[in-house]
Amino acid sequence: MSITAVENEQRREFIVSRVKILDSALEAVAGIGDGATVLVGGFGSAGQPVQLIEALVEGGARDLTVVSNNAGNGEFGLAALIREGRVRKVVCSFPRQSDSWHFDAAWRAGLIELELVPQGTLAERIRAAGAGIGAFFTRTGFGTALAEGKETRMIDGQGYLLEYPLRGDVALVAAHLADELGNLVYRKTARNFGPIMAAAARTTIVQVVQIVPVGALDPEHVITPCLYVDRIVRVERDLALSGETP
Amino acid sequence: MSALTGIDSGALARIVAADIPPGSFVNLGIGLPTSIANHLPPERGVMLHTENGMLGMGPEAEGGQIDPDLINAGKVPVTELPGASYFHHADSFAMMRGGHLDICVLGAYQVSAQGDLANWHTGRPGDIPAVGGAMDLAAGARQTFVMMKLLSRDGRSKLVPQCTYPLTGLACVSRVYTDLAVFEIQPGGVVVRDLFGIDFATLTTLVGIPLVSVP
Repeated sequence: MSITAVENEQRREFIVSRVKILDSALEAVAGIGDGATVLVGGFGSAGQPVQLIEALVEGGARDLTVVSNNAGNGEFGLAALIREGRVRKVVCSFPRQSDSWHFDAAWRAGLIELELVPQGTLAERIRAAGAGIGAFFTRTGFGTALAEGKETRMIDGQGYLLEYPLRGDVALVAAHLADELGNLVYRKTARNFGPIMAAAARTTIVQVVQIVPVGALDPEHVITPCLYVDRIVRVERDLALSGETP
Repeated sequence: MSALTGIDSGALARIVAADIPPGSFVNLGIGLPTSIANHLPPERGVMLHTENGMLGMGPEAEGGQIDPDLINAGKVPVTELPGASYFHHADSFAMMRGGHLDICVLGAYQVSAQGDLANWHTGRPGDIPAVGGAMDLAAGARQTFVMMKLLSRDGRSKLVPQCTYPLTGLACVSRVYTDLAVFEIQPGGVVVRDLFGIDFATLTTLVGIPLVSVP
């Protein structure tokens, strides 16, 4: 028996949303303390939660460990957090880029620690954290300098490395749309680390360009189900801030 | 050595493209390999994977096509082709590691006679290491090809007995496309498939490892 539209309308009244919808990015990042491990979404500037990171700069938390694919671009977002000396350690796959001068300077001055992780291993370690996997074996990096100190095993005649999950106290994620329950939809390659980081942190904070009513998203199109999301803030898509070309 | 000119990178990209079977799923590395896409006409049906989360990547975006949410692994704005799909990073690398990509073509600092690859770090103190997806691609794709100039700036062969640069992967490269020759790395040794403006004896001297000539 199918559920009628009327019944659905009645059910809507009983929806209890656990997600907090906040008025500003500053409120959204409240409570991120010194020494926190922060998972930061994005690949370059695509999908980087720039407004949340800028709010973190304003919020003043220090000695942060940042897990992100890159180590900042230009002057905005993650680059600004590094410029302001708030980051103690970066866990990433590709710190060096043409516009990563703040990371480069901090690293050369010995002010920031770098844990370099192959991109797929970085993603899988984050996924494992969210999925309750204790550790996993991967062929990636076997026999290289990045295997130093890691447990190895031969499986079916091939060498594998043991890798452990990478968990966050907080995840900062940029999605495209959220509904009022916190279900998320992303846009194109800006999805990148969003879904796996949302699942891998104790508190997941998401910036979106639009928040829609419950029921407005096609359930078939939801990429991150709402149970992974704790706080949402709507932000303007500020092209100047994100360093994007309009 | 000044007489060695070989072929230019456009001609080499055309040769690599011609070797990619129709309908393959392919990842092209940043740098020289990216240009292979220019020689893959749509009717070949080759689908390009970009590790930041897309299958069915189209050509570089221009003008009004530029969308900051749609970029390739080199962070260059690109376009999507009909039949394209998006996925998150863990899926993208599972695709790679799980052996679902037919071919990846990477650049290299060095390739050894055993097919070891070095392409992520110079190892020089003060150089910031950055690995990206290179190790995952080398370990994961069904076939890893390298496209590079055979000689370094100081005239030394980058096909070597043993890599001196930090390794990206062990015994992962099966074919090396260079401006002077195409090499197949086989269990029995390194086989020279094509020569470009160089004879076999000169190439053997230059490379300094035993080579097998295709009759």
